[in-house]
Amino acid sequence: MNALSEPPSSAETAWRILPQGDRCLIISFGDKIDASVGRTCLAAARKLRAAQLPGVTDVVPSFVAVAVHYRPDGLGNGPTCRSLTASIDALLAEGIAADALAGRQIDIPVCYGGQHGPDLSEVARAAGTTEDEIVALHSEPRCMVFMLGFAPGHAYLGVHDPKLNIPRRPSPRTAVPVGSVAVANRQTVIYPNRLPGGWNIIGATPLTLFDPAREPASLLQPGDSVRFVPISAQEFDHLREARP
Amino acid sequence: MSVTVIKPGMLSSFQDRGRDGYQHEGIPAAGAMDERAHRLANALAGNSGDPATLEMTLLGPTLRFDAPACFALTGADLGATLNGQDIPLHRPLVARAGDTLAFGARPAVGVRGYLAVHGGFALPAVMGSEATYLRSGFGGFQGRALAKGDRIALRAPLDGHGLDALQAALWDIRAYLPGTLGGQRRGAIRFLPGMHWEEFSAAARQAFTDAEFRVSPQSDRMGYRLTGPALSMSQPRQMLSEAASFGTVQVPAGGEAIILMADRQTTGGYPKIAQIATVDLPALAQSAPGQALRFQLIGLDDAQRLDAGREHAFMQLQEALAPLRALLAPATRKPQ
Repeated sequence: MNALSEPPSSAETAWRILPQGDRCLIISFGDKIDASVGRTCLAAARKLRAAQLPGVTDVVPSFVAVAVHYRPDGLGNGPTCRSLTASIDALLAEGIAADALAGRQIDIPVCYGGQHGPDLSEVARAAGTTEDEIVALHSEPRCMVFMLGFAPGHAYLGVHDPKLNIPRRPSPRTAVPVGSVAVANRQTVIYPNRLPGGWNIIGATPLTLFDPAREPASLLQPGDSVRFVPISAQEFDHLREARP
Repeated sequence: MSVTVIKPGMLSSFQDRGRDGYQHEGIPAAGAMDERAHRLANALAGNSGDPATLEMTLLGPTLRFDAPACFALTGADLGATLNGQDIPLHRPLVARAGDTLAFGARPAVGVRGYLAVHGGFALPAVMGSEATYLRSGFGGFQGRALAKGDRIALRAPLDGHGLDALQAALWDIRAYLPGTLGGQRRGAIRFLPGMHWEEFSAAARQAFTDAEFRVSPQSDRMGYRLTGPALSMSQPRQMLSEAASFGTVQVPAGGEAIILMADRQTTGGYPKIAQIATVDLPALAQSAPGQALRFQLIGLDDAQRLDAGREHAFMQLQEALAPLRALLAPATRKPQ
């Protein structure tokens, strides 16, 4: 048995498994964004992926839930909603050790403000503080990759200081430049490609977030621990030129 | 050793059963819109695995075989001809070097046709799949739809001897095609309650079950937008992004439903009223813009029984087609 003294484990963790149609189950661990619930989701996803349950094709963590995509087989031995729910319940009941989460530590260089962060001043105004403090609040504490979604390699990170609890822009931009680092609701997203988006852009990173020819294709993975490192516009240009 | 694109058609891209195992990196599964027709094409071309087939939309391409090959066509009837002669769907056929495969008609029923060649097209696997993800430009042939002048190599062209005898022998192959593998139209598309079904108003739930919807012209491989009665929640609330799947019916604040299709995003933050039963996704994927749709509630056990039943039918079909694969194996050049 896992050590019950190391939270969160099955002793404290409750979950609910619901079918999303006939080929997907969603395991819910909570209903609001929270670092500890996020870690539970990531640990559960890791455990379920490692179990290599027959018929399971994808295990997809999100803020408060983990989705398990599966397929039947032609012999009638494949998973059903009922059989897979039982397998998952049994696995999770063994304990979900969030400390087993081997998230990597990754530094993301960010050029804040100026042409790379057109919304920084507006974010500072909305938060009732200075641009420098926004940069400090965003870059000093580490944050965690909760999930990837919306587009290949598009990461959601958090949870930031309550001062960064600002809403998205009233009308989304039709095209956000590649590498933009944007905040809303105490979270950050980084745009891996030129995409539409309504988040407040406070900076940009010169790193390549997504490259289908790379293994893994996505620079960031769920569970990674990230620190944003402020860089100058010159450093940004230099790093971007050095990019393959 | 290849197929040359004379005309690309409206939207022709290589698709397999989709890119499994990368959705946690935000990478969409993509894959065939009508997976049933894609798999049937492969089976009838003597493929037991899952090489990509060419998914052709409404107006098919014109292709020249530069090497002899066995091929099969399924899905919507796009009016296929080989050197100007009509050719049938659902048959293993032989093309000779220099033959031109063309498609002359918009389909009366359906939207997408599938072309499989024996041995598959020589496409590189990207993250374990040959499916094209058009939006990000990777997978399939150079990450894009076919263009004029493209040459796509064949993994296993025929060796060119005894093609007449092979053609005659292929013609004698008979395999029973059960209804679940055919492209029959359905009166209603069956669905399961979505994750937020109970949170939608009684009127919205009734409308989704009883009313007629239409496929909007703003529909593509990523999603089918529906026009029809607006669907609203009893108490609208913000949702946290969570995983979506093929056939998830989500409803943005405007009340217009969107059914997520093959190129769907991996996650979504809109309320989910319904989930289309997998067994009816092919019929949905063959629905054309403007077409009327009705939805019918089905139980989870029934949906899973029908889904597993189709898998079983595919397995039986592959067993029945063992003689086809036995005919083709000695007639095929060794893959490079």
